Amino acid sequence: MKLDSKVPGGPLAEKWDKHKFDIKVVNPKNKRKFTVIVVGTGLAGGAAAATLGELGYKVKNFCIQDSPRRAHSIAAQGGINAAKNYQNDGDSIWRLFHDTIKGGDYRGREANTYRLAQVSNAIIDQAVAQGVPFAREYGGEFANRSFGGALVSRTFYARGQTGQQLLLGAYSALMRQVNEGTVEMFTRREMLELVVIDGKARGIITRNVITGELERHVADAVVLGTGGYGMAYYLSTNAINSNTTAIWRAHRKGAAFANPCYVQIHPTCIPRSGDYQSKLTLMSESLRNDGRVWVPKKVGDKRHPNEIPEDERDYYLERKYPTFGNMVPRDVASRNAKAVCDEGRGVGETGLAVYLDFKQAIEDFGLQTIKDRYGNLFDMYKEITDENAYEQPMRIYPAVHYTMGGLWVDYNLMSTIPGLHVIGEANFSDHGANRLGASALMQGLSDGYFVLPATIGDYLGSEKLDKVTTEHKAFAEAENEAKERIEELLSIKGNKTPKQFHKELGEILWNNVGMARNEKGLKEALEKIPKLREEFWQNVKVPGTANSLNKHLEFAGRIADYLELAELMATDALHRNESCGGHFREESQTEEGEALRKDDEFTYVAAWEFKELGKWELHKEPLVFENVTLTQRSYK
Amino acid sequence: MEKKMLNIKLKVWRQENKDDKGAFKDYEAKGVNPDMSFLEMLDELNEELILKDEIPIEFDNDCREGICGMCGMVINGTAHGPKSGSTTCEIRMRHFKDGDTIVMEPWRAKPFPVLKDLVVDKYAFDRIMAAGGYTSVRTGGVPEARTSLVPRDDAEEAMDMAACIGCGACVASCPNASASLFVGAKVSQFALLPQGRPEAAKRVEAMVAQMDEEGFGACSNHAECEAVCPKEISIKGIARMRREYWAASIK
Repeated sequence: MKLDSKVPGGPLAEKWDKHKFDIKVVNPKNKRKFTVIVVGTGLAGGAAAATLGELGYKVKNFCIQDSPRRAHSIAAQGGINAAKNYQNDGDSIWRLFHDTIKGGDYRGREANTYRLAQVSNAIIDQAVAQGVPFAREYGGEFANRSFGGALVSRTFYARGQTGQQLLLGAYSALMRQVNEGTVEMFTRREMLELVVIDGKARGIITRNVITGELERHVADAVVLGTGGYGMAYYLSTNAINSNTTAIWRAHRKGAAFANPCYVQIHPTCIPRSGDYQSKLTLMSESLRNDGRVWVPKKVGDKRHPNEIPEDERDYYLERKYPTFGNMVPRDVASRNAKAVCDEGRGVGETGLAVYLDFKQAIEDFGLQTIKDRYGNLFDMYKEITDENAYEQPMRIYPAVHYTMGGLWVDYNLMSTIPGLHVIGEANFSDHGANRLGASALMQGLSDGYFVLPATIGDYLGSEKLDKVTTEHKAFAEAENEAKERIEELLSIKGNKTPKQFHKELGEILWNNVGMARNEKGLKEALEKIPKLREEFWQNVKVPGTANSLNKHLEFAGRIADYLELAELMATDALHRNESCGGHFREESQTEEGEALRKDDEFTYVAAWEFKELGKWELHKEPLVFENVTLTQRSYK
Repeated sequence: MEKKMLNIKLKVWRQENKDDKGAFKDYEAKGVNPDMSFLEMLDELNEELILKDEIPIEFDNDCREGICGMCGMVINGTAHGPKSGSTTCEIRMRHFKDGDTIVMEPWRAKPFPVLKDLVVDKYAFDRIMAAGGYTSVRTGGVPEARTSLVPRDDAEEAMDMAACIGCGACVASCPNASASLFVGAKVSQFALLPQGRPEAAKRVEAMVAQMDEEGFGACSNHAECEAVCPKEISIKGIARMRREYWAASIK
């Protein structure tokens, strides 16, 4: 396997335009002859399917839910970044690029990140034209706010429902293409296998989750926009149906998996309460614009927060990072929350929480302003915790939220399997080792609307693609693999439910491959995970049959894949003996406890090639920085 | 303070598939923590059922934070259950009392056929969207965002309407199974924004025609939809849809 990033030459700011000119463009008349499969209907998948349809390709678009509008992009709350500089606060494409590459702790690909910043402005134009009701000022101009890791206000938002509104924009464009007949929509389908013929991605096997039927779909190229792998941890902010099966099956067929240990643990989530818990709920990072994070100065201070006087509170982010204060990037905020809880200063019943306090903001701006800004979030908090955050501080704790790692892709967003393209959170490309807030929506839509629809032409226009049908033996083989896996899961009839295994795996990952990692813990995880996987295949109890709606059968298949992926995450985390962004190795920290990179050894993308279960070969893509200087990140 | 755990009786609609007649079946949920979500209570019950070699209850859900619109069932006669402004997944068990009986049914409406247990097919909504729920712009071929200013009040009202999550509670609660609130919300969002005006007439006609074709009933102003809407969308949206429709028809 050879990794060719295909990053074009020339000055950073000219690369993308030059590349678009240099790559092949498919003649409009010929586009209709190409079928493209797009799996996923989130910001990346939905935008790509709609745009490819507009361009004239024949598109088959798949989603796991009952409607393409449900994809989990919909849950993004806070906003989307763009370098419009409408606030005249000194923003620029360069600054957005620089903040993003620095926020990612210099472990991202320069050219990709620059392109992302370049495209960001067109995304806002597009969304506005689609009727996305962004927040406005009285004069009709856009309202913007700021997010972690930035000193400018470049975040566009639609109340606390920005993801929903942007997704509905993409979904509207998608349904328009469904109406035009360029996109054929397949809902309630789960992709179970990738079909590779002559080394090229030529189709997928899906399961109709209502009837259980396995289906074959053939195409000239396959695009995966299936999201990240945070669900491996069991508890996360992801949706119940978010899963990793599509990218994991592609990985097993030859797509390299890059930087699997880069996981984002979001600092502001509602803390866990009990064993029954099925998910963790995010409180938007935008809350840190006005909320102040603190814990008691004294260890074990069990007083009600309102009874703890000012001088006995430690506003630790403001104290340690006077410049960025509560707006430090997510990885820094999360790690600091863990640190104060480890010291025994955590709050709430479990001691695994810190306060996010709005008292000052309410005094400064008035209750109504805070209600206008965050009302829906405060309501959500009330419903879940039965506490009123207008009267006492919120309790928050970090939770798994986003995965920066994903399938390796080149500048064209193509994986190591020719014809297989990967977009949005499913790929690894734009965020390095940590993603800044309001940048996921930007990347999903950048890939979906603007990058992939241009770059896929290079593949389709230059590759010689033989005509194949679903009768090809590769389809039969892939279908059979999926079928056998389902039959085996149903035949084990053991003593533990799929969820019990999922929870156990989640515990291992959270404790050993979570916010802080060390050699001992990672080695322990690498012993425990294969054992758990073995037990799963001997003792899982999957109810029902294959030929009907059977949610627990779907879960079991996904958990089987997490049990393989988890081992790779720990392997990658063990090999990367440095700290960077979301990957914090306790062995590698500065005297002040900040993440310490080892640039001489680790300035590369770790791309893992699947050999056999539990065995991978590491390939390195060196990261070359021609335009930024690598420094120890400082938010002081 | 020690939390008091709840014991709850459940009457759940069980239906094998589209063609099955279906019936209620009784279950018990014991030792329910009041902080649990409603769906977590069902998760726990399903875990028990699996271990007892029974078939778990199927129900649609995804985000579990009230925004994806996939979940939804009629709980004790009310779409999305006892708390207004909430989806089924947002309901916590503290809204129920020890010893309560909870009756769970799927959405009942002809355009939303039951697929299994509490799962229904809501794709009729997507077909209505495909008929006209968009602005006809191509990727990239759009003006710079700032070229049209949108007064804050218009943007806010458009956002009130755009908040619809497409869950179908409006249809399930309407005696006529009308989709007017769903369509009215989308029509209004676009009608309030300059970007939506150029094809406002065409849009409202196409969406209403598709709504009728799907077999949704007419609106007769019961306002049950507004009462159960988890995003508290006002029936002003329906009024605006009528106005837009009327304006379109006299053109």
